[in-house]
Amino acid sequence: MNDRLPLRQQLGRALREHGRAAALIAATVGAVALLFAFDAGWLDPRRLTPAKIANALEAHDGLHEGFRRAHAKGVCFVGHFDANGEGVRLSKARVFAAGRSSLIGRFSTGGGQPYSPDGRLVFHAMALSITAANGEQWRTGMDDTPVFPVATPQAFLDFQVATQPDANGKPDPAKVAAYLQAHPETRAFMQWLKDHPLPSSFANGTYYSINAFRFINAQGDSHFVRWSSLPETPFAAIDKDRLATLDHDFLFDDVRTRITHGPLRWHLLLTLAKDGDPTNNATKQWPDDRESVDVGTLSIERVASEEDSPCRDLNFDPLILPPGIAASGDPLLAARSAVYSTSFTRRASEGPQPSAQAPAIHDAAQNGNRSKP
Amino acid sequence: MNPHTEHFVLPARLLHWTMALMIIAMLFIGAAMVSTVSTAHSTLVAWHRPIGSAILLLVLLRIVVRLRHPPPALPSDIPAWQRHAARLSHWLLYALMIAMPLIGWAMLAAGGYPVQIFSTLRLPPIAPHDLHLYTVLHRLHTYLAYLFLLTVLMHLAAAMFHGLIRKDGVFRSMAS
Ligand code: HEM
Ligand code: HEM
Ligand code: HEM
Repeated sequence: MNDRLPLRQQLGRALREHGRAAALIAATVGAVALLFAFDAGWLDPRRLTPAKIANALEAHDGLHEGFRRAHAKGVCFVGHFDANGEGVRLSKARVFAAGRSSLIGRFSTGGGQPYSPDGRLVFHAMALSITAANGEQWRTGMDDTPVFPVATPQAFLDFQVATQPDANGKPDPAKVAAYLQAHPETRAFMQWLKDHPLPSSFANGTYYSINAFRFINAQGDSHFVRWSSLPETPFAAIDKDRLATLDHDFLFDDVRTRITHGPLRWHLLLTLAKDGDPTNNATKQWPDDRESVDVGTLSIERVASEEDSPCRDLNFDPLILPPGIAASGDPLLAARSAVYSTSFTRRASEGPQPSAQAPAIHDAAQNGNRSKP
Repeated sequence: MNPHTEHFVLPARLLHWTMALMIIAMLFIGAAMVSTVSTAHSTLVAWHRPIGSAILLLVLLRIVVRLRHPPPALPSDIPAWQRHAARLSHWLLYALMIAMPLIGWAMLAAGGYPVQIFSTLRLPPIAPHDLHLYTVLHRLHTYLAYLFLLTVLMHLAAAMFHGLIRKDGVFRSMAS
């Protein structure tokens, strides 16, 4: 080959002399590129991507830049977890060894609207990031219902789409009815909400992991577990007929007031599945008689606006787990992990917003002022 | 034509091919894991971090090997522009092999995540918890991944060009 020929002629000659080889090269490179496009989902418009679910949440509740795509309204808290050592027989995670771990958490209400009133029939939620003495982290987001309205990511998407408000601000009743017709588990969830009282405060709510997880102890034995936090604060219910008359921020105002009188406490309970209990379906409860182990006390010492505490900038991804706790086969878990990451990445890039909660900042944010993160 | 017979030393060849497989795997794992909410997402995340960290360790080793055993010279009849292209692309490949894992690591730290590589290995944060930084690193990780893919594809075409068309011994210097 003569390198003094111009490139075009060289290529032309190479093609004439090496047509097959050139074709083989092009085919190989093309095949790898095509495989990659398939792998990345570019050739598969039906793939259920985290972006599709995040988009559906935005379409449902509006795009509120800088805020979480779900559970947008919240406050941070800090405190600690005192383990009594009982959890050690179920999990080797350091957090269960008798002793103290620190925690950052967040109370929130369900939905993607950061300025919505608290008097709605929505999830009250508690998210925790517990850091054990050896640095192991355990993050969890819990709702105040033991079951979830949907069992699969596809149903989650379908539910969002079916209940999305149209031009007049209300969901299309025909679409909602068609969805509910196809989803008895969502009907069962709505029935559960009707039948059970709504806690009057974040402080007296019980919060559930809902999803099952696999606990592995030092001997390598594994058990399926759902956890819950049971309040020491006595239960009181809201009159559901009066929801519309309640103060706009009564839940958040209440918890900020209560904390000035001393720490708020919950017991962390691990509930063990028996063989045959559903561990991959968040819409199915386990029978009431399942053994529960009280593994220690969660104490919340301070409630802070989101800018005074790092909870705003955390992703409470339910698959951030210490060794000794692992995912179950519940398909919601991987989906949550993927979608929370997308939500987190989007809100981070928009410039994280302050809590919609702290009153002074509330006004600033509504006037469109971005706080410096 | 002046087929050259020199070879990369065996450790360099072993490293090249192991890392080639790992890097192509990483590009496919990364792109797939951000595209799905299925349980494959968590499986792929669990592979992405250890393989990516291993690439960082191996590239350091590879640099040591390369400094000790400089690569064979390209055949003398290779046009200057191809020489430059080869040097530039190899330099870029090394830069990406080092940068991608470091950015992945720093991105997790900046997002406030524990940098859990596998269940018993957690790396210290190498960046402050800062969502602006997270955003920059996340974008870099994505854009550089696509640049990596393009560079590897061109490199693949060039290697086959040497092996099938020029038959000048360059392909053999790495292959056997
Ligand atoms: C596939 C099903 C689900 C999807 C797609 C989903 C989606 C989301 C998203 C996008 C966020 C915001 C994340 C962020 O930006 O940090 C979020 C937050 C949250 N989710 Fe879910 N979720 C699902 C299931 C659940 C379940 C089963 C529970 C209860 C056990 C739950 C409880 C929470 C809580 C408590 C938060 C607030 C966390 C915080 O305060 O940062 N979610 N969810
Ligand atoms: C992810 C994939 C790959 C990476 C990151 C990579 C990286 C590199 C680097 C950095 C060099 C230069 C070695 C040095 O100077 O120290 C090199 C050389 C080489 N690579 Fe690759 N490579 C990859 C895949 C491939 C593939 C798929 C082939 C062949 C089909 C290939 C064939 C070659 C050949 C023949 C050389 C020797 C070139 C020379 O003499 O300078 N590589 N590779
Ligand atoms: C050579 C090494 C690496 C390559 C080629 C690579 C490649 C990729 C690719 C192609 C993606 C998908 C990008 C997108 O479309 O958004 C990705 C995402 C990601 N990578 Fe890597 N990566 C490497 C190393 C690492 C390491 C060492 C870590 C962490 C320790 C890491 C953490 C991540 C994370 C967390 C994401 C997903 C971010 C999200 O959820 O959006 N990567 N990577």
